[in-house]
Amino acid sequence: MSSERSTYTSDEMMTVAAARALTDGASCFVGIGLPSAAANLARATHAPSLVLIYESGAIGAKPDRLPLSIGDGILAETADAVISVPEIFNYWLQPGRIDVGFLGAAQIDKFGNINTTIVGGDYDHPKVRLPGAGGAPEIAASSREVIVIVRQSKRTFVERVEFVTSVGYGDGPGSRERLGLRGKGPQKIITDLGILTPDPRTCEFTMTALFEGVTRDNVIERTGWDIQVAAEPELIGPPTAAELTALRKFDANK
Amino acid sequence: MAEIVSLAEAVASAVHDGDMVAMEGFTHLIPFAAGHEVIRQRRRDLTLVRMTPDVIYDQLIGAGCVRKLIFSWGGNPGVGSLHRFRDAVEHDWPQPLEIEEHSHAGMANRYVAGASGLPFAVLRGYSGTGLADQTSTIKPVTCPFTGESLMAVAALNPDVAIIHAQQADRHGNVQLWGLAGVQKEAVLASKRAIVTVEEIVDELRPRPQAVILPSWTVSYVAHVPGGAHPSYAAGYTERDNDYYVAWDPIARDRDSFQGWLDENIFGTVTHQ
Repeated sequence: MSSERSTYTSDEMMTVAAARALTDGASCFVGIGLPSAAANLARATHAPSLVLIYESGAIGAKPDRLPLSIGDGILAETADAVISVPEIFNYWLQPGRIDVGFLGAAQIDKFGNINTTIVGGDYDHPKVRLPGAGGAPEIAASSREVIVIVRQSKRTFVERVEFVTSVGYGDGPGSRERLGLRGKGPQKIITDLGILTPDPRTCEFTMTALFEGVTRDNVIERTGWDIQVAAEPELIGPPTAAELTALRKFDANK
Repeated sequence: MAEIVSLAEAVASAVHDGDMVAMEGFTHLIPFAAGHEVIRQRRRDLTLVRMTPDVIYDQLIGAGCVRKLIFSWGGNPGVGSLHRFRDAVEHDWPQPLEIEEHSHAGMANRYVAGASGLPFAVLRGYSGTGLADQTSTIKPVTCPFTGESLMAVAALNPDVAIIHAQQADRHGNVQLWGLAGVQKEAVLASKRAIVTVEEIVDELRPRPQAVILPSWTVSYVAHVPGGAHPSYAAGYTERDNDYYVAWDPIARDRDSFQGWLDENIFGTVTHQ
């Protein structure tokens, strides 16, 4: 048991925690990278009926290896339906058919707003030009709920994002309603330290669950805002042998 | 009626300096060979449209063909940054790059509006984001029936659409299948269209769920097997993931990119 404990990485723990957050049978709009890894792990373990939806037009994809891109052939070959890109956004995401939108982030703030556009400088001449929006703004707006998976650091977890690419809780309580966003917004931010959830009163994200071995100080050191850590945070158990085996099988099949 | 010509002839006839050009294909069926031919023929001042600029537009931007980019996600899928795109936006190299930025939903709807002959499309989108502040092509609109506030996005009507497909017949009727992206909309929204194909067949047998573009919606068809590489054509080729990974260090450095350009584009006469 102890030897097994020392053999998983914080990225693996994060992916496992994100997979556990997905309920069997849910429809899940997945981005590539960590969200895709977690969603596929969920499907391989406790949620075999999870419906994976990729913005390239694959509905109900069942890949046996992790795709490198959002449009790898394996997604279309294993899908229940393959549809066009206008259709996936207009007919499937926009009306609220998606239970969970699963997003990554380059920068995220205390209200769960996401920046994937620019860092530093101004819009026309940024210091760092990030890839941009992709499907995220409408995934964040229209999915019934949103889960964000991102490694935690001072650089990534900021007081307010420099550019709002995708809206979490905007300026705080009431923002989503004022903006006409229909989904509930981000319910969890899952990191390599634990899980943040929004305070129901302030909409500010607080650390409510920690992975084994993570301290309150770790969280504070790696957050760019004055973060609240729950008085008695939930302790998340380490990956089970079954979870690790399933996750590594995907990696081995890359 | 589409003319069946060489790729070089198709690009020479259909793509002019200053044109707005949409090379579409959502990860699948990206018309790389045609993009390389545009670089080889040294087109300039293009406005390039594409949801995911991908490595194909990184190459065109770095080669100095592009004045403006209209897009929604500019990364190397699964790998990281598009370094030539970033160098152009961050440092104006090899020339300043104007950008018009959207979300995927917005871009898809702009093509739908263009294909439908409408000036704009309506969607629930952009509300609360910083994107609408950066372009005049996103504006709020009120629903005349419910009074609800929605977003309008301006139609896209490129001069030329360029796509890659699996098959055409000898009359230039085109069939593509698998992940079909926004290619149908891009072709129908554009004034002219070039389609490169894996195979020219005697008889086009319609497949379930395939996209068919009748010959009279296409200007030129060129037979270019492997013309999507390093992207792929389902049923014919596999995505070359290693190429996407290898592109990162090539594009990171201006000199290594220039070397790649000299060897792989200007040092070759056709797609190889």
